[in-house]
Amino acid sequence: MKHIPRWKRPQSLVITPTPTLSRTTTTTTTTQFPQSQCRRYVSQGQGQRRRYASASPAASSQRRLNVPIDFATSPLLHQTSKTFGRTPGLPAGADLEATGGSQRLNLYQAVNAALRTALAESSKVLCFGEDVAFGGVFRCTMNLQDEFGPDRVFNTPITEQGIVGAAIGMAAEGARPVVEIQFADYVFPAFDQIVNEASKFRYREGATGANLAGMVIRMPCGGVGHGALYHTQSPESLFSHIPGFKVVMPRSPSQAKGLLLSAILQSPDPVIFMEPKILYRAAVEEVPNALYTLPIGQAEVLKPGADVTIISYGRPLYTCSAAIEAVEKERPDISVELIDLRTIYPWDRPTVVKSVAKTGRAIVVHESMLNYGVGAELAATIQDQAFLHLKAPVKRLGGWTTHTGLAWEKLIFPDVTRVYDAIHEVLDY
Amino acid sequence: MKFQNPAEEAAMPTYRIIDADGNVVDQSRDPSSTPAEEIIQWYRNMLTVSIMDLIMFDAQRQGRTSFYMVSAGEEGIAVGSASALSPDDVCFLQYREQGVMVQRGFTLKEMMSQLFANKDDNGKGHNMPVHYGSSKLNVHTISSTLATQIPQASGAAYALKMQRLINPNVPPRIVACYFGEGAASEGDFHAALNIAATKSCPTVFICRNNGFAISTASIEQYKGDGIASRGMGYGIDTIRVDGNDFFAVREVMLEARKRALEGDCRPILVEAMSYRVSHHSTSDDSFAYRAKREVEEWKRRDNPITRLRKWMEKKGIWDEDKEKEARASIRKDVLREFAAAEKLKKPPLRSLFEDVYEEITPEARTHMKELKELIEKYPNEYDLSPFEGGLKSLQ
Repeated sequence: MKHIPRWKRPQSLVITPTPTLSRTTTTTTTTQFPQSQCRRYVSQGQGQRRRYASASPAASSQRRLNVPIDFATSPLLHQTSKTFGRTPGLPAGADLEATGGSQRLNLYQAVNAALRTALAESSKVLCFGEDVAFGGVFRCTMNLQDEFGPDRVFNTPITEQGIVGAAIGMAAEGARPVVEIQFADYVFPAFDQIVNEASKFRYREGATGANLAGMVIRMPCGGVGHGALYHTQSPESLFSHIPGFKVVMPRSPSQAKGLLLSAILQSPDPVIFMEPKILYRAAVEEVPNALYTLPIGQAEVLKPGADVTIISYGRPLYTCSAAIEAVEKERPDISVELIDLRTIYPWDRPTVVKSVAKTGRAIVVHESMLNYGVGAELAATIQDQAFLHLKAPVKRLGGWTTHTGLAWEKLIFPDVTRVYDAIHEVLDY
Repeated sequence: MKFQNPAEEAAMPTYRIIDADGNVVDQSRDPSSTPAEEIIQWYRNMLTVSIMDLIMFDAQRQGRTSFYMVSAGEEGIAVGSASALSPDDVCFLQYREQGVMVQRGFTLKEMMSQLFANKDDNGKGHNMPVHYGSSKLNVHTISSTLATQIPQASGAAYALKMQRLINPNVPPRIVACYFGEGAASEGDFHAALNIAATKSCPTVFICRNNGFAISTASIEQYKGDGIASRGMGYGIDTIRVDGNDFFAVREVMLEARKRALEGDCRPILVEAMSYRVSHHSTSDDSFAYRAKREVEEWKRRDNPITRLRKWMEKKGIWDEDKEKEARASIRKDVLREFAAAEKLKKPPLRSLFEDVYEEITPEARTHMKELKELIEKYPNEYDLSPFEGGLKSLQ
């Protein structure tokens, strides 16, 4: 057998592990993965094989932009609890001590913690979907059935329209159902229930006052390195075209917990909660143990800047952060403002418009396709409300208008290079 | 090796208490013990639906309302089943169940307010006519989308069951869910029955099999033994009942409700057989796809109202004079509420933006402002006189 040269495994080819991708093999593989971050996992488990890579490993040593995100040092994550104070809503300092401190959790553990907190807080909360009982194919509902019983945490038959339809009925009768659609890619059978029923429920009930407060549809979304057509989609713009739902996508564990608790326990309106599955294990940070909520409908300025505003949400925020770092290192005279939209609809127009009015330049970045995407709505609003401040056209970066072919995933979604290039482009316009 | 062939199986029987002439055929369930005044009230409720149907159908033809759907021939299913429910039970309707609303106490004023989408409409003018709803009566507002209410009913029933598990002092409640045989072809029917069975939901599914889904006869809708035969496949207790037999529908529903709440709870499927003697809606001329003769024959041969009337006359609790008096007084009441509702203003313009979310979003507020400014700029282009409060409500 031919000797395989011992090349250093290029970091850029590392894929973030996801426990399971195929809906048909959901039961066994999930626990095989170590709890640690992806880089360690890859070095331990993946050996020398190249998997699902789009570029030649030989070129990788030359790279300085498209290198893996180092979540362990990312400024977007609370590496210690000392930075909680900069996120309004997170318990900090004395609060934190009084409410049980914090612990390091990844995104799926934070979702799990939020669900546990919500189930304990209110007997109205119910948690169900496909394979939720044993812990979920992404481990988000782990141990919940043991703790809260099979009446409150349970499996359903494989029927997305049934899951959402049943959740509507439950919420209409005062329950707070938190349902899981196994992958955002499989939400489409439930579109009628989402678009025609849940979205319009309060409106058609009118003066009867019936509503769907507390109904939450959770779904893993976004690229994962090897998800191809039906394990990578981000349909947030489709949900955002129909008023009635609030559409939320967290970027981090602490955000996931606070926003999910807000959606379940406080929101008077139904919420679609999209979880970037690539972050389930990759993003690890300190998360307060207490019950806390983060406001739905408010964007967060992650990094102040003076010359360009980048608006994004979910996974690409880390891409943006890396690109900003690279640009700012080269051009110390400029600074880029980074905004996490957090709530995609109804979105925080004042925060975005105010920022662009200050910087005069805007870039919107998301994974989902460019055509009719979230970027289109943001760009149109920015040109409408900050027209006289603009020094360059608003730049939109999204997935190319195609499907997520398996072999090319890394070329389809905006990467650090594309964001880096776009920043230069708008600066030099 | 034996393949089961559905054509070789006997069709599921249809349960009946009285025949088309009003004679009792199941002596074990003789309805005679029911107080006469209760039976008369049920009869009057069916008559109310029937009389309102005629008036509103004509009103639509005169252009006074935008749309209407009669439920002629199916009054017995709606009133009969609703008479067996507790007021606390929750209902999800398709749209041809006016009798459920009347039986549960929806007033003629409330009905007319909905049909005319006036300022008193529960739906605040948001919905098409016949899309009734009432929180007071535990009836969720009707939506046009077929069968979507069926899985919702499963979920709602699960929530009711959980309420009792948490607090045993809460009275036992079921969800009654109505739909036609055409809607049962939707995926939501399958989803709903399967979830209700696997999660033991106290839901009674009532299928009105009236032979037609708009122009599509049931022969093009399914190949099996109606809808009832499917219940068994989901592991659901099922019964087929004569939908023109008020007493049979009522008895079946009483028993279904009882069974649904037994033990850990369970769903029940009821298929009520009838015939849609009317057009599908005011937008449909059914003689384009079926013979007038056939319809007339059904009307003459059998109908839930005349069947119950024959039984009542045999019992000596009803006669021609009472019939005339009842029809005249109901007609008068309907016309009075019709005239009153027609005169009322439409809901305020603001209602157009309300209830999308609990709070009007900042985006919607800018839309309100833009609409107001547009109307102020071109006042002659818009007639705001029908709307309560005129332009003022757009603040």
